[in-house]
Amino acid sequence: MMGAAPRLKDAGLAALVALALAFPLIGFETAESGVGFTTRFPWVAIAGAAVFAGRLLLGLLPQRFHLRQRASRSTAVSDGKFVKLAAAALIVFAVLLPVLPFASRRSIDLATLALIYVILGWGLNVVVGLAGLLDLGYVAFYAVGAYSFALAVQWFGLSFWEMLPLSGVTAATAGILLGIPVLRLRGDYLAIVTLGFGEIVRIVLNNWTSMTGGPNGIGDIPRPTVFGMPIAPGAPAGVTTFNHVIGIAYDPIQRLIWLYYVALAVALIINWFSLRIRRLPVGRAWEALREDEIACRALGLNPTTIKLSAFATGAMTGGFAGVLFAARAGFISPESFNFQESATVLSIVVLGGMGSQLGVALAAVILATLPEFGREFAQYRMLIFGAAMVAIMIWRPRGLFTVRAPSVRLDQT
Amino acid sequence: MGYFLQQLVNGLTLGAIYALIAIGYTMVYGIVGMINFAHGEIFMIGAFISLIFFVVLGVLGVTWLPLALLLVLLLAMALTAVYGWAVERIAYRPLRGSFRLAPLISAIGMSIFLQNYVLLVQGAHEKTLPPMITGGFELMQSGGFMVSVSWLQLIIVGVTLLLMVVFTAVIQLTPLGRAQRATEQDMTMAALLGIDVDRTISLTFVIGAALAAVAGLMVTLQYGVIDFFIGFLAGVKAFTAAVLGGIGSLPGAVLGGLLIGLIEALWSGYCPSEYKDVAVYAVLILVLMFRPTGLLGRPEVEKV
Repeated sequence: MMGAAPRLKDAGLAALVALALAFPLIGFETAESGVGFTTRFPWVAIAGAAVFAGRLLLGLLPQRFHLRQRASRSTAVSDGKFVKLAAAALIVFAVLLPVLPFASRRSIDLATLALIYVILGWGLNVVVGLAGLLDLGYVAFYAVGAYSFALAVQWFGLSFWEMLPLSGVTAATAGILLGIPVLRLRGDYLAIVTLGFGEIVRIVLNNWTSMTGGPNGIGDIPRPTVFGMPIAPGAPAGVTTFNHVIGIAYDPIQRLIWLYYVALAVALIINWFSLRIRRLPVGRAWEALREDEIACRALGLNPTTIKLSAFATGAMTGGFAGVLFAARAGFISPESFNFQESATVLSIVVLGGMGSQLGVALAAVILATLPEFGREFAQYRMLIFGAAMVAIMIWRPRGLFTVRAPSVRLDQT
Repeated sequence: MGYFLQQLVNGLTLGAIYALIAIGYTMVYGIVGMINFAHGEIFMIGAFISLIFFVVLGVLGVTWLPLALLLVLLLAMALTAVYGWAVERIAYRPLRGSFRLAPLISAIGMSIFLQNYVLLVQGAHEKTLPPMITGGFELMQSGGFMVSVSWLQLIIVGVTLLLMVVFTAVIQLTPLGRAQRATEQDMTMAALLGIDVDRTISLTFVIGAALAAVAGLMVTLQYGVIDFFIGFLAGVKAFTAAVLGGIGSLPGAVLGGLLIGLIEALWSGYCPSEYKDVAVYAVLILVLMFRPTGLLGRPEVEKV
């Protein structure tokens, strides 16, 4: 325990650093013309004082309130029973959401967006969480899925239901094409190459105007039909609308609810698929590869094909999410597929606790809906988002919710 | 021929700036093994601090150019270095020894934070600075095309080479450099031998940030337009440069930076310039396919 004097000195030093940080950037603001400036020195003083007080208070906190925590402690959450219960509750809530009292157009639309992020999170989870490959350009596959849907609609008049599986295939193909040359790279080299790939896809989409419409994007993307019947106020001759068949009046919210359920179904199928595939030899090989590549090789597993399968699976999932995204917005442009998006999905996976399905889902819901609640302080939103990412990493580096136990464990009998 | 030479000159200038940023990436990666994703933002902050002090000095009446340049250089290096130090202290040090992805996520968070912090306190509009160092000389005339080199370009390349020599000397000859190399090889053993590992790592970030500030100053002078978003692209390209040259290697970072600058300038000169970034990434992917540890990197041998 420190005495009062060293504590004051420590806080004083922190305040000095804060003053140095704040002095140039907060202290001055240059005029737009490039000549002349205004000063805001009171704010510099406030920043210094705030840091002084904050540092002092932090030092006064008893040790046990200190936020940092050992990774082993959070395993308690991953108790099988608790996770099953929480997952079941979450699914029931998701199914009932459209009939709950607070359901509105906005909340259902937001819930659909959250589901898209859940799907993205689960997809990247296979790549990062299970196979341990750091992918910073995941958004590329999301973009490939969305654009192959939009282009197929534009050029061949295909529908949502035809393109949902096909976009998965194109995204998986893109994953394999990228994967073949780069997957023998390790760690951070792989990260930067995937980042580069994500940027290449975005730049090409932005500049290949004759094909993709460039920055103007592609519009008029159809929403999913109900078994071939559209949900619409009126239908052209020869087409029956779904609401006509079941005999209810048209309401725009019906489209949103239907898309929501489609997204939910896709998400649940993906969840089931990833929980299953973990127990198959290929899934176990992913985890083995993450733990020790050399041991894998020694046991006769081929790292390249294993990595490729993980990459392709993740890419395919990203493609599905892309189709849902395009159908939700009805319009896509390269703007939606920038690096920020990749970073967000990666944070979902890491904050959720890598490899944990439930944790990733919760983190996705939080990260997708959080910005919507912060609309009032829109300009501080991303500032807080960044700071929160840092804080959560320091507080719980293994993720917010759970740490997943290995899928297969040999019991010591 | 003349056009080609001109693009070569422009590319070297751009490459020198990338090289300065890349050194920061490569040193940090060498010593703590993490991608300091916020380094691009540190460069952006360096550019903003330079621009602000140019304007402030201008208003205060310091008009003698060499003095103004020197003052801004020192102030920007010192204050940006504080940012580098603070980022390491707040976002990375608590995570040392954590699992591999934690510092990277923290760095991405820090990068988003710094970008929006500058957006908030300095506004979203572009900031401009009228050209301060003008003039230059004509290198040669070839095929009716005048190849010119501005004084500023000469200064940029000169300062980069100078700093490169100084820092190589620091790392090879001084006690700090020895401590750095020891920490790089084995942190625990270095600590056991009495090296203050925390201090060494902090100093690495401080040096990296100071060099990024120099790069920021040069971008401000050369292009005269900056905004809060320049850090991302410059950071990615400088990191690409560091990887291209072989991450962890100081001469590699400079070589990689120059190559990236040249590729970018030559591509813009002869091919559609919207795709110049695609060219940079494509070259990176090709190099890594055939030399997975970069041009000057040592091959990693993994022992069981």
